[in-house]
Amino acid sequence: MNRRFRWDFWAWVTLLSIIIFGLFLIYPLFALFVSAFQDAATGAWSMANFAHFFERKYYYQSMINSFSVTTSVTILAVIIGTALAYFMTLYRVKGRSIVEICIIISLLSPPFIGAYSWILIGGRSGILTKWLAEYGIDFPSIYGFAGILLVLTLKLYPFIYLYVAGAMKNIDSALIEAAESLGCSGIRKVVTIILPLITPTILAGALMVFMNAMADFGTPMLIGEGFNVMPVMIYSEFINEVGDQANFAAAMAAIMVLITSTIFMLQKYVVNRKSFTMSSLRPMQMGALHGVKNVIMHVCIYTLVGLSMIPQLVVIYTSFLKTNGSIFIEGYSFDSYIRIFSELGTAVSNTYLFSTAAMLAIVFLGMTVAYLTTRRKSWLTDIIDTLTMFPYIIPGSVLGITLLLAFNEEPMLLSGTALIIIISLVIRRLPYTLRSSSAILYQLSPSLEEASISLGASPVKTFFKVTAVMMLPGVMSGAIISWITAINELSSSVILFTGATKTMSVAIYTEVIRASYGTAAALSTILTLTTITAMVIFFKVSGRRDVTL
Amino acid sequence: MSVAISVDNVVKKYGDITIIPGLTEHIHNGEFFTLLGPSGCGKTTLLRMIAGFNSIEGGAIKFNEQVINDIPAHKRNIGMVFQSYAIFPHLTVRENVEYGLKLRKMPKDEMKAKVDKILDVVQITEYQDRLPERLSGGQQQRVALARAIVIHPSVLLMDEPLSNLDAKLRVEMRSAIREVQKQVGITTVYVTHDQEEALSISDRIAVMKKGVIQQTASPHTIYTRPYNIFVSTFIGHSNLFKGNIEADGAGKTVVFADGFRLPMTTLSEEAADGQEVVISVRPEEFAICSEGEGVRCQVATKVFLGKYVNYSLSFPEEMILPNQPSIEFSQDLGHAEKILEVGDTVYLKPNAMKVNVFIADGSRSLMEGVVENE
Repeated sequence: MNRRFRWDFWAWVTLLSIIIFGLFLIYPLFALFVSAFQDAATGAWSMANFAHFFERKYYYQSMINSFSVTTSVTILAVIIGTALAYFMTLYRVKGRSIVEICIIISLLSPPFIGAYSWILIGGRSGILTKWLAEYGIDFPSIYGFAGILLVLTLKLYPFIYLYVAGAMKNIDSALIEAAESLGCSGIRKVVTIILPLITPTILAGALMVFMNAMADFGTPMLIGEGFNVMPVMIYSEFINEVGDQANFAAAMAAIMVLITSTIFMLQKYVVNRKSFTMSSLRPMQMGALHGVKNVIMHVCIYTLVGLSMIPQLVVIYTSFLKTNGSIFIEGYSFDSYIRIFSELGTAVSNTYLFSTAAMLAIVFLGMTVAYLTTRRKSWLTDIIDTLTMFPYIIPGSVLGITLLLAFNEEPMLLSGTALIIIISLVIRRLPYTLRSSSAILYQLSPSLEEASISLGASPVKTFFKVTAVMMLPGVMSGAIISWITAINELSSSVILFTGATKTMSVAIYTEVIRASYGTAAALSTILTLTTITAMVIFFKVSGRRDVTL
Repeated sequence: MSVAISVDNVVKKYGDITIIPGLTEHIHNGEFFTLLGPSGCGKTTLLRMIAGFNSIEGGAIKFNEQVINDIPAHKRNIGMVFQSYAIFPHLTVRENVEYGLKLRKMPKDEMKAKVDKILDVVQITEYQDRLPERLSGGQQQRVALARAIVIHPSVLLMDEPLSNLDAKLRVEMRSAIREVQKQVGITTVYVTHDQEEALSISDRIAVMKKGVIQQTASPHTIYTRPYNIFVSTFIGHSNLFKGNIEADGAGKTVVFADGFRLPMTTLSEEAADGQEVVISVRPEEFAICSEGEGVRCQVATKVFLGKYVNYSLSFPEEMILPNQPSIEFSQDLGHAEKILEVGDTVYLKPNAMKVNVFIADGSRSLMEGVVENE
């Protein structure tokens, strides 16, 4: 840039975003790596923490476990999600909109509801287990690897579905016709044309699934039992009352960030080599399957969606059951709800308060940072652009630990405050709003702004009067997704919370650990209903029928 | 092997709406045949019926003697070039061209030779290892053409292949397509809404309107002897005048509404004494003359276009057909003796050999030897 630097509004925004990312992302990460290389007792530089990890099977096994379960989840989710997207885009499916809404609900629902519901169904004293036992049938154990695989796959395949369904709509039907005119048909058409065309998209979705499965804390914590994975290990070492395990936990967190960023860069490398753009003048037309094939397709789709909706239904149902301690007894009541509002009222209000505060910050940052990185490109904004990708690769629990490590002492004492939770929500959930804001900015012609400036409005005024107004629909739809994921946030909050800053997700987690299933179910129901309401608003605001994450 | 295509009374319906009410046409083997018409006239629909991407609700389409109605597109052995090119974005140029040959299980060395040759013919050899994304529109179109031709299809179908290119490239690609088609000698059906493109590239043109073919003829006939008023005004500009026929033993004369008489020798038998007609004169078929030798009019506007000057003329309302965009006279500057000014009153004489005369409703020509399907 040969323009002379001026200390204008955008310079301030650039500075502000660098301060925010620097202070709350880079500095804590740096602090994490530093403490990972420090001896707990003496503070001297040492590799002991890492050696400790790789020497004991108990620890390094968790890494192997994390890897195997995450990879399995990703593969399964890719297969299921792609197949579902293929059939949903190309063939008429009865009740399509309900199916789509169910898919999105199961994606956005609180992360560990699945685990806890499946325990209620198929756990040691689960409904199904007991029922089958009466007929002398042993239900296979739902705990450990299989349980995590089941729950996470059912929760995460919607990522692949949403991504791939979007890409399928982008395939120009002329490409398919071209293949047919050259003599190609049937399964060969799928293998040589359709699959390669959606491969980059599948890889993008697979990355999201991998990152989410790898970072998920609630599910393995509840259903994993002896099957230890890294986020659980990090959490328990960090929370460990002995206290001097923080450095060791930091070392494990560092290892995990290393793994996720390696996978992230590997995926980017592969996708970049394979990338091409598609634009569809005429999307592929929907056909109909007939006879047996049609029945099989419908049965498969309904079973899948039914399975992924079971957790929400179980939760809603059990929230109205009478309870006695941890046991559900005959009859229905509102007791669980009454108990929530007498004992956990602050958790409910905290959730909405924190998420809304975070959303306001996210909207401001999302709009301005998106503008900076698309319209005011420079080396500095490129760095900011890269920084905004970080939250994708840093697991929530790791972010929680880094924040706690960094802001545990005067003068920057933030631990235990509401602010630190809001900050973690902003950092973690900003990318959704940022992406939808940038997407809409790329569609807006810069000449609109130039027109405004040529008519005498200053650049800042132009941004707020013209650009921001036009961006708003895109920003708001992103902000709602940010908000939904924020109210459901567990993995960072569970590390950052104190009694006064408990949120609903955390409360559900602690209630489940206490085996207070009634209140946990009632809280989950409130969260699920809030999520659905927010989604309805999202569809109204965006006028769309799909979600991009 | 290239084939002839018979379209026999075919019908296309979308629900209750009939797009093509029953169309018959014969396309000769090896011919470059163009479907020309305004958008929405059904030309692309007909092409896609031949290709097999649209169903046929009535009648039959035959390749030579074989009815193809129920043969799926991928078994018809067609080559198709799409408006959007439809180059597979995940394959290189070479892989795109090889795609159809691989499906035909062609031996490797034979395939290589064929692909090399066709890449050379369409002049994209140097880009063969690139992904299509990095090609210009014209280059992508060449790939699409090569990919369609290399499989030696029975027919080559082209759906407005040049409409996404800029004007200069369009002219260039036009001759490239024509050249390649003649070299390979393949029956080609070409769809366009661009009349200049159609005139320059085709062996024969079918002008379509609302699912009905108005006239099928060579480009020269289409322009000089249109079958009806639609063709005469859709292809190039035509000025339409009201008139009457006067016939006596000596010959036939068309009389304009202001009384100007133009004796003609090219009228058909059908033109009868006293018959009301429409007289169609192209802008370049007028010549400036002295008073009494032509129709009288005033110059309304004047546009200088280099090779010639275009004037729009104003006539008394009773002389001309209503709802015409303009009445025009274009003066060839190479032969012009006098440049007119806006407001001048002038006498213009139509060229009797070139003028076309239609029956009063404009649906049929009254010229000797003009047929609907040539």
